[in-house]
Formats: sequence, structure tokens, C-alpha cells
Amino acid sequence: MTAQTATSPALGAAYALKCRECAAEYPLDASYACLECFGPLEVAYEPTVVTREQIEAGPWSMWRYESLLPVVPGAGSRPGLQPGLTKLVKADNLAAALGARSVWVKDDSGNPTHSFKDRVVAVALENARRLGYDTIACASTGNLANAVAAAAARAGLKSVVFVPSNLEAGKIVTTAVYKGTLVAIEGNYDDVNRLCSEIAANRHWGFVNVNLRPYYAEGSKTVGFEIAEQLGWRLPDAYVSPVASGSLLTKVDKAFRELTKLGLVDEHEYQVFGAQATGCSPVSRAFQDGLDIIRPVKPDTIAKSLAIGNPADGPYAIDAVRRTNGAIADVSDEEVVEGIELLARTEGIFAETAGGVVVATYRKLLKEGLIDPGAEVVLLNTGDGLKTLDAVAPTSQPTFTISPSYDDFENNYTGENA
Amino acid sequence: MSISVKVPTILRTYTDGSAEVTVTGDTLADAIADLDAQFPGIGARVLDDDGKLRRFVNVYVNDDDVRFLEDLATPTPAGTSVSIIPAVAGG
Repeated sequence: MTAQTATSPALGAAYALKCRECAAEYPLDASYACLECFGPLEVAYEPTVVTREQIEAGPWSMWRYESLLPVVPGAGSRPGLQPGLTKLVKADNLAAALGARSVWVKDDSGNPTHSFKDRVVAVALENARRLGYDTIACASTGNLANAVAAAAARAGLKSVVFVPSNLEAGKIVTTAVYKGTLVAIEGNYDDVNRLCSEIAANRHWGFVNVNLRPYYAEGSKTVGFEIAEQLGWRLPDAYVSPVASGSLLTKVDKAFRELTKLGLVDEHEYQVFGAQATGCSPVSRAFQDGLDIIRPVKPDTIAKSLAIGNPADGPYAIDAVRRTNGAIADVSDEEVVEGIELLARTEGIFAETAGGVVVATYRKLLKEGLIDPGAEVVLLNTGDGLKTLDAVAPTSQPTFTISPSYDDFENNYTGENA
Repeated sequence: MSISVKVPTILRTYTDGSAEVTVTGDTLADAIADLDAQFPGIGARVLDDDGKLRRFVNVYVNDDDVRFLEDLATPTPAGTSVSIIPAVAGG
């Protein structure tokens, strides 16, 4: 086993960074690509023991699972946004509308900056601090930008956030308000990402999704941990995850396997489903064509938070889906809007476009017989509809506009919902 | 026929620390072959055992991902710039 770097305190049960492709091991530094084969590095852990009681007695945040994360113990007491423990909503109205038996929505719009990205940033931030960075940075489609800028503010670090200049206004303002540096790039996310890997090589910054990525990515496991705990320490029959880079889908699967191995949940066969917008569906294409290699695309969809044309973890997402006999499908922008509105009117949850992609894809999978309507399914809603108002603005307007007159109201009101 | 190649940090051990080197070749495959001739071993970091681009490396010819072009057969006329960049995750 590779030793941890001498200067860093013990990182829980984590002992090395390990290449997912060739298993080469490296110290727990700020590195993300294997020197041998360019494969992505992942945190490797010593076997560990943790009980349900220990977890339940932990902080009321994702840090209750810190023994299963690459962080110096005590993360819950250090300055940060303390994300996690978002609601798992029993979506009976949605289930009835779709003819399904049992549907839950894991609503991560309840995080401090209203997306699941607070989780990954929290783990990255802990490691930025450990490794002595005074600046954290990221390439982002928006949600990550919010999370990095806010977490840096709370932790007293500087932030430099890079986004495509065509991002939704809601995501620009909700990043800039934290008053870090926000750089808008004339290009798409993949252009931004590429620039960031060049900058990361030349600056002593903690790029949460570049050189801190192995730690960052582990934060997504907490979505899976919470689903299991909130179901009463058991696994669902299936979950549907949005796919951008493919990391969230893979890490929720990893979380379920870790919980099973630790004996915290009973062994249960579950299926993994992935959801993309057709305008950026390289992983769905590769899955449907039976390929292992993802051919990059130039994104064109309203689901900008999923608009990654060159998804680094796509092959692993496909692996998880195939292993569990799941599927990956994609839906049009019109269906995304229908998905957002369906979830809103049935459950009172206003999801951002990525959530619309998930709901619409679930509906499509049901229609195509690729998912059993009798299966207990968890849909992942990763973000808040307030960040992507433009998507539904054209179809969500006042039912009628009248003068302040009682007669006018009586003449217009039908008693029917829109 | 000079082509400039931007070398990522993790490959600079092969180039004595140089971030940018000059190679020749009519296509990306030729350019990588010349790169490997000048800096032995670097080719195997970029190409797999079958001689294809490794799946976690992104190569750009004049700012375009070569998977949008002709992959290793992409022409690299004089003055072309090639960037080699490890894939990273998103958000």
C-alpha cells in the first residue's frame, strides 16, 4: 500500500488514490489522472467497520457518513455549508399519474445552494484545506459554481469559478453574489473544462473537479447512503439518475454496494437507470449502440446542467447500468419541460431541468417497458427549478389577468387547475 | 512541417519539464510517432496497446477534439497545434 503524504493528517479510512483502469496507487495528493494510463484516480480505503447506531448518532448532515468518506475526522465541526440529509419524498401522486406502484423523489434541491453539488464540494473543500490551498476553483455548468462560491465564502477561502458565458442568468447571479471571482468563457462546458485543466497545471489552486476530483466525486455517495437510511436501512428496487459526467450515477451505485458490504443493509438486487437530454446524450447513445467508448457530442439542450458533451465517467456509468440490467434513455427538451411540470403539479416539487430529464425519462422507461411499474423507484432530483426559470416560463404564466374587479374574477375563474 | 504539441503536466517527465515541444508529421498518428521518437516512452502513455488513443485522454488539433475530426488520421499541416489533456469530470 502506498503511504499517505507525510504532511497530511490521516484521512479516515482512505489510504491511497488508485487508478480505476490499471490499479496503480498514488499518495493522497491533489492528482486525478494515472501517470501510467491517464485513467481516473479513485480513493481507496482500508476495510472499515461502522454501525447504523454510530451513523444515526452523527451530525444532521452528510457528515454522519464521514467514516465512509475521504476526510479528516470532525468535518462537521469545521466551517462549511453542512449539506445533505435532504428530503426523500414519497411521491404517491406522481406514481398514480404514471401508473407506477411506489415512487420516491430524493430532493436535493434542499441543499444550501439548492443542488447536490454542495455534497461534492464539501468533500473537496475538506481536502483543499488539508492540502493547504487558499483558493478553490472549478469549471461548472452552474450548480457547481454556486456551491464552490458559497462554500469558499463560508470557509474563508478565495474562489475562482469558470462557466460558459451562455449560462442561465439565475446561475450567474447565484454565483456572483458570493463575491469570489467568476469568469465567463465564450465557449461550451467542454471548452471551459479544457481551459481549466490547463490553468490547474499552472496554478496552486484546488480545482474541485480537476485536481481534487477523486475526493470530490466521493461526496456523491452520500446521496445513496441517505436514500438507504431514509428508507429504513434498505435499498430500493431501482433508481433513476441524471447523467452529465456520469459520476453521480456511478457513486450512488458504489454507495449501495458499500452499505451492503458493511452489512448496514440487506443484500438486495437493484437496477440502475440513467437519464439524459437528447440534445446531449453521448452516454445514452453509447449504451443503446452497445459501445464502451463514448463519442463526444456538441451539446444543444435546455438541460444545461447536464450539457457535458465529453463525459469522463460515461464508461463507468454504462458499466453500472449493464451490470444491474438497467437502461439509459434520453428525452427531448419538450419532454424535459413536461417532466418538470408533472413533478411540480403532482408533488409540489419544482425541479430544475435535470430533474425534468429524470422524471421524463422515468415516464419513457415505463412506457417502453424497460422498468417494472411494480418496482420501488427513487428518482434523483439534483437541483432547484428557480435556477432554470427560462425552461418553464413560456408554459407557466398567470391563468388569467384581470382588473381588480370582483365580477371580472367571477367571469374568468373556472375552478379547474391549469 | 513543424507542429507544436502542448504537453500536460503528468507527461512532462518525458520532455525534461517542457510544456510545449515541436514535432513533424502529416497526420496526428505521425506526429505522435515523432513525439515518441524524440521522447521515448511518451507514445505509450497516449496510445493503448492496440495503437488507439487511450479512452481517458483528450487530444485536440487546433482546438477541436480529434474524435470530432478523423481521430489519429486527422491531418496536421505545418503550423498545427496539438494539445494532449487528461479527461476530467464535470458539473
